[in-house]
Amino acid sequence: MGKPIGDNTEVSTMPTVDGRYGIYGGRYVSEVLIAALDELRDSYSRLKSDPDFVAEIERDLRNYVGRESPLYFAERLTREMGGARILLKREDLNHTGAHKINNCIGQALLAKYMGKPRVIAETGAGQHGVASATVAARFGLKCRVYMGSDDIARQSLNVYRMKLLGAEVVPVTTGSRTLKDALSEAMRDWVANVDDTYYIIGTVAGPHPYPMIVRDFQSVIGKETKKQCLADYNQLPDAIVACVGGGSNAMGIFHPFLQDEEVRLIGVEPAGKGIETGMHAAPLSKGQVGVLHGNKTYLMQDENGQILPTHSISAGLDYPGVGPEHSWLKDIKRAEYVSVTDEQALHAFRQLNLLEGILPALETAHALSYGAELASKMGKDEIVVINLSGRGDKDIPTMAKIDGISIS
Amino acid sequence: MSRISNCFEQLEAQNKKALIPYVVAGDPVPDVTVKVMHKMVEMGADLIELGVPFSEPEAEGAVIQVAHERALEHNVSLRDTIQMVADFRQNDKTTPVLLMGYINPIEKMGYEEFAKLAKAAGVDASLLVNVPPEEGVELEIALRKQDIDTIYLVAPTTTDTRAAYLCAKSTGFIYYVSLKGTTGASTINMDEVETRFNHLKQFTKIPMVVGFGIKDGASAARVAEFADGSVVGSAIVQIFADNKDKPDIIVESVGALISEMRTAMDLVSVG
Repeated sequence: MGKPIGDNTEVSTMPTVDGRYGIYGGRYVSEVLIAALDELRDSYSRLKSDPDFVAEIERDLRNYVGRESPLYFAERLTREMGGARILLKREDLNHTGAHKINNCIGQALLAKYMGKPRVIAETGAGQHGVASATVAARFGLKCRVYMGSDDIARQSLNVYRMKLLGAEVVPVTTGSRTLKDALSEAMRDWVANVDDTYYIIGTVAGPHPYPMIVRDFQSVIGKETKKQCLADYNQLPDAIVACVGGGSNAMGIFHPFLQDEEVRLIGVEPAGKGIETGMHAAPLSKGQVGVLHGNKTYLMQDENGQILPTHSISAGLDYPGVGPEHSWLKDIKRAEYVSVTDEQALHAFRQLNLLEGILPALETAHALSYGAELASKMGKDEIVVINLSGRGDKDIPTMAKIDGISIS
Repeated sequence: MSRISNCFEQLEAQNKKALIPYVVAGDPVPDVTVKVMHKMVEMGADLIELGVPFSEPEAEGAVIQVAHERALEHNVSLRDTIQMVADFRQNDKTTPVLLMGYINPIEKMGYEEFAKLAKAAGVDASLLVNVPPEEGVELEIALRKQDIDTIYLVAPTTTDTRAAYLCAKSTGFIYYVSLKGTTGASTINMDEVETRFNHLKQFTKIPMVVGFGIKDGASAARVAEFADGSVVGSAIVQIFADNKDKPDIIVESVGALISEMRTAMDLVSVG
């Protein structure tokens, strides 16, 4: 109780004061936003050690979100794979069904303390949109969510859910009509309404201080995991596996382990139809350094520096960039980044349903696929933690369509 | 003396204000751009802002976003854009041209290479929407080596301390963004813009121009009452959108709008 948010000074010195993680990060934004980013940086810096603010977040994480989330031993999956013990960090059991709410509670409270009556958000799969709309309802804030029109079509349940929560969902029809375009549109809204609006970015990307703030709010996942693993098994995990789109659930579970160098940290990117086909969304596996949405990071881009269209079966991972801290962790080799195809993710999705009675999100299924394979090659006395970042109710229509089943 | 300094000096001698149109390179087809540039100069434009197409134009409103998309249908790159300036320079050695865009295509090309190619083509300045001075240090050095100006934006939300810093960092001229919002946003209170503009003038001796929200002769003229120049973007780009299959009409219509603005601005500043 009362410990400042994201207090991991002992495990990381990043970002620098100018918002850099090595060469990555920064604040590549229009001058119009600089004052707002300064205000946010200063407010956060003050509030993260304000006992009232910290207590309010902890109370809501406990009583509203339902933390802490269990660290569950997946016994049948472990037996099936025949190797390391597989533990699932059950972020799917949070209120609204994913890790996204951890960050949204924190940022909505920031908005409240900063006196901003209106929040905006971008969303891909709709999980961050739902979480934003939820906390907006909880704190009495006006909420508008930007979502690519293609994503609206493939995530209709979440769209309706946001509307039930009183949020306005605005379809974005420019560009590839997915997450990146929703992010650009949300930035445009913020530029125009910066006086009364707080922009809740859903992932560890964007201009400084966002990657740091989102990481700090999500690091509750890793802190709990560490505590639970030590309490139940008297050891740290040997490997931690999480899916990476923008990278917030991965950063949240990785960050408290950065200095525990014996713990392998593995981020799983979506390989879509296969890295070699170009139809993927895996900038860390096959991208180049560039600048997008306020930060320098690995991106999917062509030889002229234009951002490439992405593909993934999971809307939440369908993004051409990645949080700058992941880019840094890749370069310094503290984390490893691998990729998993749509097909492999679908297999893992079905497998978890059948073996554990858990319906994972398609995003999460990428981590499950790699994590289970990894476990099969490890010793029985070892532990693999997979971050079960979200539940898959929202993906049922997509799955039914793949299976040729009509549901109404 | 640089083309930009020379341009503002001559305007001042004639008691006129700069008219600065913005077009996106390659919109709607690559071979229109240089023709439009010449036409705009003929009808009274003083400097030209050439937009470098980018797939994620974050700070643009709908009109200019779509212009970037039209140009990218023809894969118009930073290299192609610079080549258009070189082509323009064949017949126009005096009108300043600045490239306006986003940093990523330049990151990809490399700062030194960009500065060298831009200089050789006759580019006078660079204005990158998503690069505040803190992120532009190395690029600025590369550009300065080639005598290319770096122009920074000052916004309505900018504090006085920061405005002084931005003014000190800008060379050539300073671009005051007249409103919070994306390009082409509709509401603009000119009296407020004037008050803020006059306050900001204390921080600089180089010219300061106003952009965003200037749509027609009347608004361009109103800005000319106090600023050193008016930047016109969406109003011109809208003509490209309306006539995307008729390049000849684009050239004529843009020329007509420039002419209207020139006349209106000159009535104010000279009169």
